[in-house]
Amino acid sequence: MLESILITIATAATPLLIAAMGELVVERSGVLNLGVEGMMIMGAITGFAVALTTGSVWLGVFAAILVGAAFALIFGFLTLSLVTNQVATGLALTLFGLGLSGMLGEGFVGRPGLRLGRIDIPFLSDLPFVGRLLFGQDPLFYLSLLLTAAVAYFLFATRAGLMLRAVGDNHTSAHAQGINVVAVRYLAVMFGGACAGLAGAYLSLVYTPQWVENMTAGRGWIALALVVFASWRPWRVVAGAYLFGGVTIGQLHAQALGVAIPSQLLSSLPYLATIAVLVIISRNRRLTMMNTPASLGRPFVPER
Amino acid sequence: MRVELVKRPQQSALFSALSPFIALLLTLLAGAVMFLFLGKNPADALYYFFIEPLLETWSLHELAVKAAPLILIGVGLSICYLSNNWNIGAEGQFIIGAIAGSILPVAFPGFQSPIVLPLMLLMGIVGGAAYAGIPAWLKARFGTNEILTSLMLVYVAQLFLDWLVRGPWRNPEGFNFPETRNFHAYAVLPEIWPASGRAHWGFVFAILAALVLWFVLSRTLKGFEVKLIGQSPRAGRFAGFSRSRMIIFAFLVSGALAGLAGISEVSGAIGQLRPAISPGYGFTAIIVAFLGRLNPLGIIAAGLVLALSYLGGEAAQISIGVSDKVARAFQGMLLFFVLACDTLIHYRIRISRRVVAAKPIKAPAGHA
Repeated sequence: MLESILITIATAATPLLIAAMGELVVERSGVLNLGVEGMMIMGAITGFAVALTTGSVWLGVFAAILVGAAFALIFGFLTLSLVTNQVATGLALTLFGLGLSGMLGEGFVGRPGLRLGRIDIPFLSDLPFVGRLLFGQDPLFYLSLLLTAAVAYFLFATRAGLMLRAVGDNHTSAHAQGINVVAVRYLAVMFGGACAGLAGAYLSLVYTPQWVENMTAGRGWIALALVVFASWRPWRVVAGAYLFGGVTIGQLHAQALGVAIPSQLLSSLPYLATIAVLVIISRNRRLTMMNTPASLGRPFVPER
Repeated sequence: MRVELVKRPQQSALFSALSPFIALLLTLLAGAVMFLFLGKNPADALYYFFIEPLLETWSLHELAVKAAPLILIGVGLSICYLSNNWNIGAEGQFIIGAIAGSILPVAFPGFQSPIVLPLMLLMGIVGGAAYAGIPAWLKARFGTNEILTSLMLVYVAQLFLDWLVRGPWRNPEGFNFPETRNFHAYAVLPEIWPASGRAHWGFVFAILAALVLWFVLSRTLKGFEVKLIGQSPRAGRFAGFSRSRMIIFAFLVSGALAGLAGISEVSGAIGQLRPAISPGYGFTAIIVAFLGRLNPLGIIAAGLVLALSYLGGEAAQISIGVSDKVARAFQGMLLFFVLACDTLIHYRIRISRRVVAAKPIKAPAGHA
C-alpha cells in the first residue's frame, strides 16, 4: 500500500519537476515566461496525438518536446527580439496554447491513448518494497532526476552556466563582457519550452493516458510557483515537486476513502497549498531578494 | 542585412492609434491561413465569423450580452495593469461575485421585494472585491507574487461554485441537475429593450464603468497616481504616493467590477447558478484590456471585438462546421499580435545593409 502510494506520488511530482526545472533555467537567465501552462498543454496534446497516430510513444514524447520548444520560440521572438512585456506575452502564450490545444484535440477526446511503460530490470525490480520504487518506474521519472542533476551541474559548475547566471543577474554587465545576452536567453527560453512540452507529454502518456481539454489544470502555474518556492535552486525544486505530488495524491486517496469532506474542497488543496507556500516563502524577504535573478523580467535592448 | 530596434525618444502617437488595427488585420490574415489548413474557404469562414453576427438585431443584442462582462472586467484590469499590478484572477472574482450576489435569490427565495436586485448587485460587487482583496493584501503585506496567488484562487472559486450547485444550493425541484433554483422575478436584471433581444442592463453598467474610469484615469489626481506608480515606482514614492495602498485600490476596483460582471451575467443572462457560468470571460478580458491599450474607451471597442469572436465561433460552428474552440485560438493569437504591434509605439525598426554598422564614437563624460 505505502509502496504504491509513493510510486503514484512520484508520478504526480515528475511533470511538475520537469516543467519547473525548465522554467528555473529560463528565470536564471533573467526571463519570466508565464506561458508554461500553454506550452505544457500543447505538449500534452502533441504527445498524445502523435503517439496515437504513429503508434510510437517515444515519437509522441519527442514531438511534444519539439512543439514545446517551438512555442517557446514564439515567446522568445516577441519578448527578446521585439522587447514586448514578458508578463503579458507569457499570458498570451498560455491563452493561445489552451485555445489551440482545445481545437486540435477535439478529435481525440475520449479515445484510449498509449501509455509509456515502466522499466523492468531483472531481479532489481523484484526486490521487496524498494524494487518497484527504485528500479521499476517509467523512464521519464529517471530522466527528471537526471535533468535536475544536469541543471544543477550546468548552472553551478560550468562556464556556460556561469554565463547564463551572469546574464540573469546583470544583463548590462554581461553584455559589456561580450556575452550575447539575447542569444543566451533564446537558448534558455527554448530549453524551458522543451521541458514544459515534455512535462505535458508525461501527463497525457503516463499520468493519465488520455486527452482531456485543459488537462494540465494549472500544473504549469504550480511549476512556476515551485521555482519561487525553491528560490531558484535545482534540488529544492525536487523537494517542492514531491511535496505537491504528496498533496495531490493525498487528497485523491482521501476522496477515494470517502472522507466526509466535499471532494471539491479536497481538490482545491493543491491550489491552496501553493498560495500558502508562496506566502511563507515571501515572508522571508532577505532570502527571496538574495536568490532572485536581479534582471528577472527586465527588458534588454543591446546598444550598438 | 540586419534588423534592429531603435528606441524612439517619445512614444509614437501614430502607432499608438494604429497598432490595435494592425494587430486585428494580422489576426484576420493568420486566421485565414488557419482556416485554409482546416480545409475551409477562408473568405466564407471569416464572413461567418466576423460579419454574419452583425447583420441581425437579436444577434447584436447577443453581442452586447457577451461584451458586457468583457468590458466591465477589462476596464478594471486596466487600472491594475497601468499601476503594475498583475491581477490575472478576474475569472475567480467574477465567479465569487456571482455567488455572493446569488445568496438572496437562492438561499432566501421567499424574500421578494424590489430591493432584492440592488442588494444582489451590491453583494456581487463586495464579493468580487473581497476575493480580489486576498492577493492584494498578500502582495502588500508579504510581497507575495500576485500573479500566482490570483490565478490559484480561480481554481478554488471554480471548485467552490461546483460544490455549491451540486451540494447545498442544488435546486430541490431540479431533478438532481447540478444547478440552483431559477431566480424569481425580482432577482432578474431587466433587459434594456425586451422587444428586440436579450441585452440586459449589464451592458449599460459596462459603458458607465468605462466612462467613469476614463474620467478618473485621464482627469483626476488618482488617475495620475495610478499611472505614475505603474511607470516609475520611485517617482511615485517621491511624490508621496503609497505603493501598498495602490495595490489594494487597484485590486479592489478590478475585483468589484469583475464581481458586478459576475452577478450581472448570472441574473441578466443565465437566471440561475450552474457549474460553469463563464466561457473564460475573466481571461479573455485580459486580451480586451491590452487590445484597448489599457484605455477605458478603447476597451469598450475591444470588448465588442472579442464578444464578436465568441459569437463568430458559435456562428461558424453552425454554418461551416468548424469547432467553436477556434475562437479561443483566435483570441490568443490576437493578444500576440497586439503585443508585437505595441513594439512599434516604443521602437523604430532600422534595417541596415551592412552586417556591422559603423559605431558612432561617443565621448561619455568621465571616460577613463
